[in-house]
Amino acid sequence: MYPDERVVRFIEENFIPVTIHIKEKPDLFQRFHVSWTPTQLILDPDGTERYRIEGFLPVEDFLAQLELGLGRLLFEHEDYEGAERRFHAVCDEHPRAGAAPEACYWAGVAAYKAKHGPQPLRETALLLRERYPDSEWTRKASVWAA
Amino acid sequence: MTTISWNKDVDAALAEARTRNKPLLVDFSAAPM
Repeated sequence: MYPDERVVRFIEENFIPVTIHIKEKPDLFQRFHVSWTPTQLILDPDGTERYRIEGFLPVEDFLAQLELGLGRLLFEHEDYEGAERRFHAVCDEHPRAGAAPEACYWAGVAAYKAKHGPQPLRETALLLRERYPDSEWTRKASVWAA
Repeated sequence: MTTISWNKDVDAALAEARTRNKPLLVDFSAAPM
């Protein structure tokens, strides 16, 4: 399980890791509304679900999703600068990952929230248009460049 | 090769998460044991 060194290091550094096997604790699948495997949940220390990853992903995509999930967690706690750093880490360091356009989008939103100005939104819209012209996130951000 | 120190008790892990103020990553698996 998780044989990649980067994944191991990232999980050990950033999370309290828990594994649940369907044959050992099927009741926990119901408790957390999990109906497919593999599924990973990122929970606040109080147990609130902040992010969900469903299905297998290659290493680069999985790392990007974990980072994006941490960004969403920080965003929900209104730590916009911390969230922006996490989103940028995906947007800049994993630009080919499936999560990258979404991370770029949220980096713009977090920067807007942290700096209280619209310029990051416009810059994000332009970046998305250039880098990911076919992404849904580019279409969502298009209103910022109008 | 480093390995992940997986917990198996989610409620004990939540208690640890509160103490250390660290998020949980909960992995749900059906892989062959």
